[in-house]
Amino acid sequence: MEYIPLNFPFLAAALLAGISFYIIIFKRNLIKLIMGIAMMSSGVNLFIVALGYRAGGNAPIYTDVPEGPMVLPVPQALTLTSIVINVAVLALMLTMVIHIYRHTGDIDSKKSRILKG
Amino acid sequence: MRRVVGLILWLVLIAFLMWGVLLIHPFGYPPSDMDDYIIENAQEQTGNNNVVASVVFDYRGLDTLGEATILFTAVTGVLLLLRTQKHKEENS
Amino acid sequence: MLSKIVRTVANQLIVFILIFGLYVIAHGHLTPGGGFQGGAVIVSGVVMLMVAFSSQELKKSLRERLLTIMESTGALIFAALAIAGIGTVVFYNFLVGTPIFGRIPPIGPNSGDFWTGGFIPPMNFAVGLKVVAGLSAVVLALALFARGEEMEE
Repeated sequence: MEYIPLNFPFLAAALLAGISFYIIIFKRNLIKLIMGIAMMSSGVNLFIVALGYRAGGNAPIYTDVPEGPMVLPVPQALTLTSIVINVAVLALMLTMVIHIYRHTGDIDSKKSRILKG
Repeated sequence: MRRVVGLILWLVLIAFLMWGVLLIHPFGYPPSDMDDYIIENAQEQTGNNNVVASVVFDYRGLDTLGEATILFTAVTGVLLLLRTQKHKEENS
Repeated sequence: MLSKIVRTVANQLIVFILIFGLYVIAHGHLTPGGGFQGGAVIVSGVVMLMVAFSSQELKKSLRERLLTIMESTGALIFAALAIAGIGTVVFYNFLVGTPIFGRIPPIGPNSGDFWTGGFIPPMNFAVGLKVVAGLSAVVLALALFARGEEMEE
């Protein structure tokens, strides 16, 4: 695949980020907010990996590699770190949602915002 | 009223992202000076066949150390928050 | 607890999943893979055991003290290997040239040699140990909290 028109992977990453911004601003259910944040992390990881592609390239590993140029290795290393950090933050967010449900009995973000004194 | 202002701002954000897609470099021909040096010299300096593993653990090892710290802290935080309250003893 | 057919098949399959995960961790310097990817494969095997048998059965085998000792050992080995070459710079590859892991492969495409790579294979083992212990502790604690219990000592 030598010619991909109109920068198609960058368009897909921009659409993913745009839709997840709509979810984070306008939805009130807490579980839907967490799904929107996970979708945004997928969009950003796709953008970083698509930045380092060379046309007609092979994987950057020297064990039994065919002839030709190699894909850039540094964006793949940054994406690995980003995926692990997103998993850790998502686990912490889910425990906080469990505690909010136990204390207020409701997962609407407007009702659990008022401090009771 | 708030929903209309929010929708207009979201459309401005989408327009900004699309303008960025049109200005970026064409897909498949990236500018690469640092990565050419790493691909050529990784086998004699590291002694390793896998260039991505040598970038993660050797050329950029401090990022991996920070990420291991974040994983440790997150696991500690989750195990701290999920305790029940059954072990209350009375001191008289 | 699911039916007897599911329990028997899960008992047979966990051996193959463990062997594949250890292969992905150990050959991290020759093929695509490494510490984080192999750790995720082994954690998916543990989750399969938790679905087939109930989480109250698994609570008796995976105690909290064993998992915390495994995770702390992995983190300490990683930090010790990073600081050991501090004579030159932090994260200096001090095993290239010594006969333990230090052969240099021929330049260009070749079939791989296992005893290459400097200090990267021990680091892969340390990171794999950390990921397995941490993520399985998180999944077990989340599954047990919904019934009102917690992990045993």
